[in-house]
Amino acid sequence: MNELLLSILQATVRHTGYTLMCVAIGFVLGLLLGVGLSRLPTLSKVLIPLLSILNTVPGIVFIGVLVILIGMTPATVIIALSIYAMFPVLKNTVTGLNGVDQQYKEAARGCGMNHYQRLVQVELPLAMPTIIGGLRLSTVYTVSWAVLAAMIGQGGLGDFVYKGVSSNNNALILQGAIPAAILALVLGGLVDALQKRVVPKGLRKGGAGK
Amino acid sequence: MLRFDHVSLTYGTQKILNNISFEIQEGQFAVFIGPSGCGKTTTLKMINRLIQPDSGHIYLNDEDIASIDRYELRRHTGYVIQQIGLFPNMTVAQNICVVPKLLKWPKDKCDQIVHDLLDMVELPYDQYAHKYPGEMSGGQQQRIGILRALAASPPVVLMDEPFSALDPMTRRSLQLEVKNLQQKLNKTIVFVTHDMEEALDLADVIVFMNQGEIVQIAPPEEMLENPATDQIKEFLGKHQTGPDPSGLTVDQFMRTGIITVKENRGINECVSRMQHHNVDTLLVVDEQRRYQGTVSIADIRLTGHVVKSIGPLVRCTTPTVHVGDNAKACFEQLISSGFPYLVVLKEDETVAGIVTKTSMASAMAEQLWG
Repeated sequence: MNELLLSILQATVRHTGYTLMCVAIGFVLGLLLGVGLSRLPTLSKVLIPLLSILNTVPGIVFIGVLVILIGMTPATVIIALSIYAMFPVLKNTVTGLNGVDQQYKEAARGCGMNHYQRLVQVELPLAMPTIIGGLRLSTVYTVSWAVLAAMIGQGGLGDFVYKGVSSNNNALILQGAIPAAILALVLGGLVDALQKRVVPKGLRKGGAGK
Repeated sequence: MLRFDHVSLTYGTQKILNNISFEIQEGQFAVFIGPSGCGKTTTLKMINRLIQPDSGHIYLNDEDIASIDRYELRRHTGYVIQQIGLFPNMTVAQNICVVPKLLKWPKDKCDQIVHDLLDMVELPYDQYAHKYPGEMSGGQQQRIGILRALAASPPVVLMDEPFSALDPMTRRSLQLEVKNLQQKLNKTIVFVTHDMEEALDLADVIVFMNQGEIVQIAPPEEMLENPATDQIKEFLGKHQTGPDPSGLTVDQFMRTGIITVKENRGINECVSRMQHHNVDTLLVVDEQRRYQGTVSIADIRLTGHVVKSIGPLVRCTTPTVHVGDNAKACFEQLISSGFPYLVVLKEDETVAGIVTKTSMASAMAEQLWG
């Protein structure tokens, strides 16, 4: 029994590790690319639909391709999951920045802010609720996508699921599924807590940010 | 102070500004007005280089603004917009200090500015400095918007229809406040509006634009007196005063169709005429209809039984004036004489009408309210 708990715990830690690392990389990439694309409306008109199409490629296919290119290593898992984690953040960053009301952009320009100051002092804070919404989505998705790591022998809660599926053992499937569900809830809750910290106070009371 | 020198701007084939030149003196409150699309907002936004002209130069204190770093220029030029644009993620104090912070002024100086400015518009520091814009009314927000523009003591403040989204009461009080601030701080203000009343109230000089050109630049009084085009006249509308009241003559205030009687007529005819027209006095004229005096029912009752015609009863005490006499002088005479009316005569001494206090009042009302 203790051995079972230990193996679940080990798998959960590994699963959490994949998730956090990939979400962190995906968030940074998504934010940077999102900011870049929001500054280049012509490029983003081409690139965003393209990325959306890429987003619909099933994770299994993408990992399969990466395995051919890189091999069955943790790097394969991290690259694949990071890219998937990036999409919601990227999309929400572009949406959030484009959705900043013209009056604030105009006022920021009129006050003499340069591009960087406008972005950091006005546009990003105002887009923050939307961006964090993207982060939440990507966190919850990544928890479930990390199950795929087991497919190429890289462990995580997916191990139980795959073994359970192949041996038709429901208890084994639940051993993987239940901790994964709990993990998704906990990490989602963490992002919500983060949201409260990083969204500017003036936007939380409603009214002004609309 | 601020000078446009042959400035033009074209979007595609559309001329937005067509070779405009003007100069605004230091400390002047200049109001740009005109129909929508006339180029007034474009002109304003060129002053802080939000829009670049295709050709021509703009000088601020004899320095071509194209040679000033645009961020530096904007930090030293106040800017107030119609949508207010207070940053909702910042408190009132932070909003006011946006520009001083960009200029890297020390923190205690910034705090002092917030205190001083809030004091000036009588918003208590403790109550407002740490509020967020979303917690305040539109009028209060725009007050802060103006303070944000003033925070770094810019010599020039640009205001793009700052009050047009506010309710009339709030607008009025903010207009007064801005005028006060401008005079107290001796700012040069460039103000865009489509509201002529606002322009007339605030401006030292009004710049009227149409289709990318300046039609007239004049102080409000001069524009009211001599609007350059029919379009300006239309904009001035109800604010335009009528002809100079000092030139009005008495015949514009008199009542006409006055009942007269010839001096050789009998008492009975005279009395029945009074009854018929329901008056107690008739004006008496001679054969050539020249004014002779008045006859009143009181005199007829007193002595009517001893005379046959009204001739002996005619009195000449009622003051007379002539058509073309100054209305104001006549009005003063009417008040001081104590008589209920004045008789107005034509050149040939025939009766033109009478002036009573009522006829004066109704004529004045017509002048005033149309």
